[in-house]
Amino acid sequence: MSFTQSFRLALKSLLTSKMRSLLTMLGIIIGVASVILIISLGDGMNNMINSEFEKMGANLLQVEVMSPNSSRTVTDDEMYQLAQENPGTIAAVSPSVTVRATVKAGGDTLNASVSGVGEALPSIQSVELTSGRFLYYVDVERMQNVCVIGAWIDQEAFNGAGLGQSLRINGYEYTVIGIIEASDPEGGPTSYSDNQVYIPYTNATRLNGNATISSYLFSATSDQANNAAKAAIESRLEQLLGSDDYYMVVSMSEMMSVMGDITGTVMTVLVAIAGISLLVGGIGIMNIMLVSVTERTREIGIRKSLGAKRRDIRRQFIIEAGTTSAVGGVIGIVLGVSLAQAVGPLVGIEAAASTVAIVVAFGVSVGVGVIFGYLPANNAAKLNPIDALRYD
Amino acid sequence: MSHLIELTDIYKIYHMGDTDVHALDGISIHIDQGEFVAIVGQSGSGKSTCMNIIGCLDVPTSGTYFLGGVDVSTMEDDQQAEIRNKMLGFIFQQYNLIPKLTVLENVELPLLYSGADSTDRRQAAMKALERVGLADKCKNLPSQLSGGQQQRVSIARALAGNPSVILADEPTGALDSRTGREVLAFLQELNREGNTIVLITHDNSIAVKAQRIIRLSDGKVIYDGPADDPRAVVQPHEPGEEDPA
Repeated sequence: MSFTQSFRLALKSLLTSKMRSLLTMLGIIIGVASVILIISLGDGMNNMINSEFEKMGANLLQVEVMSPNSSRTVTDDEMYQLAQENPGTIAAVSPSVTVRATVKAGGDTLNASVSGVGEALPSIQSVELTSGRFLYYVDVERMQNVCVIGAWIDQEAFNGAGLGQSLRINGYEYTVIGIIEASDPEGGPTSYSDNQVYIPYTNATRLNGNATISSYLFSATSDQANNAAKAAIESRLEQLLGSDDYYMVVSMSEMMSVMGDITGTVMTVLVAIAGISLLVGGIGIMNIMLVSVTERTREIGIRKSLGAKRRDIRRQFIIEAGTTSAVGGVIGIVLGVSLAQAVGPLVGIEAAASTVAIVVAFGVSVGVGVIFGYLPANNAAKLNPIDALRYD
Repeated sequence: MSHLIELTDIYKIYHMGDTDVHALDGISIHIDQGEFVAIVGQSGSGKSTCMNIIGCLDVPTSGTYFLGGVDVSTMEDDQQAEIRNKMLGFIFQQYNLIPKLTVLENVELPLLYSGADSTDRRQAAMKALERVGLADKCKNLPSQLSGGQQQRVSIARALAGNPSVILADEPTGALDSRTGREVLAFLQELNREGNTIVLITHDNSIAVKAQRIIRLSDGKVIYDGPADDPRAVVQPHEPGEEDPA
């Protein structure tokens, strides 16, 4: 029995009874569509998370120091020294001082978050400037009243022409020397860096009443150096503070992999649940194939009387089941991809349907048809030609 | 082993509850190449069982059946399928065409299962259709043809594989008498061209178109001889039973 004829016959019978075919394929369509939708949205979410991490710096190490008392502290000089002593693993360091400050431009108060940082911040995190410059060593050293502002602040306070203008931070006048590129083209103060105001950390400590600096950002020289850098930082902090209770070092790469594990597990569970509907779809196909074998008993008898062997009959019905589920799979893929494109923007994810997911979904749907078509096909193959010919 | 069909001491016994039904009760039949034989009998005489065994659709309970010198009486399902495909051409009462396939595709079926490539298949099928005068209908579906035309398509299908034996099971049963006569005339013509034809019927007026009649009753051969012998058409006396057809 030729493959093309079986295939053509299968397509023909799919087209002749459209309603029945649609109902037969529905399980497969829903299963494949939901798998594609989940994978597309999941991949989109992963891409988004990864790019956020990249923006924060993939080799970033965040250090939090919780000094028990004033005698055991860590100074910025000690941290800079630590970096200098480990040039192979630590690329850069910057203190990170959060200031609760009121930021005003003219008479308006801005919803801004003020951070005191070192001049090395751009080599730790991505800080893209659209104009001006970032803080220099001299700004930090001489405690200059200068600041680098996010795109949203620039837009809100100065209509996009903030360079050289001035802001008032807790009443002190700061000159804008640089403007950071908008991270979210739509604008808005939600994005990570768009409402940032960076000032020299020396100024920030003074604004905080000369409190000790409790937070530092390090960057490792490479992906491979992350663990070594972390170890170097931890051993120095333990030596300085006398206990490992008083500090915490979080590596961004660790967080990325933890995050990846979590999203991976969630995806697997979701895909498995959607896969159940593929199973149900397969059973639906088996059901209809069993009916079809009974309806076509006479045809099977005719074919057998003309010399069709068991394998010819089996192959014909398996191809038919495979074709049905493959067509269902294609419809499901189209539906899933379009749903992902439609739903993605609603939840703020750029859905990415991977070719691999599509190919695998198609393969699985054909496989489901073949596996669940086997039993009915085998029943057909085993029919006795005399009984089958006599069947009405 | 000079006979084309050689049935020796064939029994076919069905178990029905506690009783055994002897559908064939020790029959021996020889048919030679080029013969036109009618196997006649009333319903229940065993002619259908006989045709199933000759057609390799069934195996006897005991006895031997040589077809073309090969013992086919103990063959497995798939081996029988191959014999049917290579050596036998069937013509059925109900035509048994596949309604979803075109006339040409129907005629191609036996060649499809014999593994012929598509051009050979098409050529042989078209030749067979030309022979029954339906080449112009090759793209039609069976349902678009009349009963007589459909039966001619099924004859073309039986011829397409160039079989050794053509088995016709009540080929005129579903046709009006005029088309029935045409079909019989066609079978006679095929026989004159050298084809071996075995016709199964309950109808004496059809059986007499053959050269030789084998009459079965209660699973036994009660007459085997020329069709023009008066004894060939004598109904066996069976009190209280009417021929249903």
